[in-house]
Amino acid sequence: MIRIEPRETPSRWWTFGIPVASALLALMLAAIPLAAAGANIFEAYGQMFKGIFGSTFAFTEMLTRATPLIFTGLAATLAFRAKLWNIGAEGQLYLGAMAAVAVGTGLIDAPGFILIPLILVTGAMAGAAGMAGPAYLKTRFGADEVVTTLLLNFIILIFLQMMLEGPLKDPMSLGWPQSSPIVDAAVLPQLIPRMRLHWGLIIALVAAVIAQIMLSKSVWGFKLRAVGENAAAALHAGIGVKRTLMSAAIVSGAVAGLAGVSEVAGLRGYLTTDLSPGYGYTGIVVAMLAGLSPIGVVISAIFIASVFVGADTMSRAMGVSSYLADLVVAMSLICVLVGGFVARFRIIRTNKGES
Amino acid sequence: MEVLQILLSESFWNATLRIATPLIFGVLGALLCEKAGVLNLGIEGIFVAGAMAGWMAVWLGFGLWGGLLVAAGVGGFFGLIHAILTVPLGLSQHVSGLGITMFATSVSYFTYRTALPQVSSPPRIEPFRPLDIPILSDLPFIGPVLFQQTAMTWLALFMVALVWWVLNRTPLGLAIRAVGDNPDAADAQGLSVYGLRIGAIIAGSALMALGGAFLTMSAFDSFFFGMVNGRGWICIALVIFASWRPGKALIGALLFGAFEAFQVRLQTQVGAAVPGQIFLMAPYVLSIFALVIVARRAEYPRALLKPWFKGQR
Repeated sequence: MIRIEPRETPSRWWTFGIPVASALLALMLAAIPLAAAGANIFEAYGQMFKGIFGSTFAFTEMLTRATPLIFTGLAATLAFRAKLWNIGAEGQLYLGAMAAVAVGTGLIDAPGFILIPLILVTGAMAGAAGMAGPAYLKTRFGADEVVTTLLLNFIILIFLQMMLEGPLKDPMSLGWPQSSPIVDAAVLPQLIPRMRLHWGLIIALVAAVIAQIMLSKSVWGFKLRAVGENAAAALHAGIGVKRTLMSAAIVSGAVAGLAGVSEVAGLRGYLTTDLSPGYGYTGIVVAMLAGLSPIGVVISAIFIASVFVGADTMSRAMGVSSYLADLVVAMSLICVLVGGFVARFRIIRTNKGES
Repeated sequence: MEVLQILLSESFWNATLRIATPLIFGVLGALLCEKAGVLNLGIEGIFVAGAMAGWMAVWLGFGLWGGLLVAAGVGGFFGLIHAILTVPLGLSQHVSGLGITMFATSVSYFTYRTALPQVSSPPRIEPFRPLDIPILSDLPFIGPVLFQQTAMTWLALFMVALVWWVLNRTPLGLAIRAVGDNPDAADAQGLSVYGLRIGAIIAGSALMALGGAFLTMSAFDSFFFGMVNGRGWICIALVIFASWRPGKALIGALLFGAFEAFQVRLQTQVGAAVPGQIFLMAPYVLSIFALVIVARRAEYPRALLKPWFKGQR
């Protein structure tokens, strides 16, 4: 007889090994669609590897791509830890970007050391407001935040189109819906000359470290985890569950807003409706792969960014659709979910008669 | 005056039913899964997969009804994955559902791009045509509104009756509701909680895929990226709005269709006075609004979102 029972304590080895194994398994499973598309599998993996490690430029491009994913991964992590299902990071990212553009395109004439913190703060506030709304509807009216945040993503994207055709439109853009460029003083500087990698990465890394410390060491982090693990018990223990959920929502939204600021002020320089190819949604995968650990988010964001950049290079070289990257990302999420199950349980062989 | 004109026009009511059709399939599918106790956020991706698979099957020569079968089968397949992850494995229904949405969407896009690498305009199929029923289709007003719809709209309406009948009038429906309300009691009565939940998710996902297939096989005649555009999420909101009742789900979908049809017509009349995006936003805002109103009173299936393991209380 075989029976499945939960482990008393999931071993440390598993908590680290499962995400890595899941990621690698998802990468290997990519061989199936590659073969179906008629590509030489080994050449395809070779191209992917070249696309990430082939040159300094390739490597910095990968880190550039990882930057927004660290932010959105942190946003998902902070909310999910409290069992607050913020699926709206995509919308919050755009709110942050809109705020950055509203302030950073000539409204205020100030030197960079004032202007850059200013757009970061306004962007974070806009993102926070974007998540505070659904959290309020949840705590006040019991409206499911999954549905409200998902729907808000669409509302915000349409609102963005409206802004880019109206108040935020660049008068010089000849009908094309895009914002005016961010003024030079507000642009996040490059980290390495002639590479696109910018200070957004440093801000993201700092945010990850702060999030890690706050979650594991502060009273706020303790409350957050308590609410996430058992809201009824937390309430019984005198923790203000609604307040804690609101604060988690605000911090989560703020971090997602920073992703938008970083992209628009560090990379693009102006805002269009295709600023994010779904970074908000991919952030959920990043967070799950990281086991909802802020430092882990940095590692898994780098992995997911590698998949995207590698698949882009492979796609250009071999003509295989770059949607392969999205496929690998989705498969990693499913693999890590199953892996998490395997880590929490063990299969025991029992003799007949005993049970 | 203009408002009255819109409300009295045949085309408005015809469009209402047409716009509601994919939502009817989607709401019924989501409702069936949730009645058995499992939230299926894979719906958005299953819509995409149904739209792509149904269209491609017709394009490959399976015929329209063959295409619907393929779409339902593909939907059922993604439902099975969600079912395995959430029922016997008991994993987070939220995260698993989002994973299914990402997986189904990317598989569909990848398959489409691989089959049709570089086409400037997507190939078209011959979609379902509005039925022409002798006498009935020629009736004044009722004719154009009800009897000049495609077969898929009729299928959707039939499904409302079927799902209602199965859930409320058959032992199977009683069993499905039992595993969604009180799996322990259902198990004690000898019902298979796993089997019923898995079956309900597969059937519900197949229905969702038909909603997607309507888009490529009836509303339009080809597949576009991003064509589902949040319809799946709207269905999830509509299920709560409908208090998990098939009849109310139909009303919800129709109200929604009416609102969409109305705003498109109002937009052409109001013209440039209001930015067009206000109208585009309206359906999503309306969904959130509806959710907020009913959320407190909603009678959730009591075991919704709660994993259940055999032999463990």
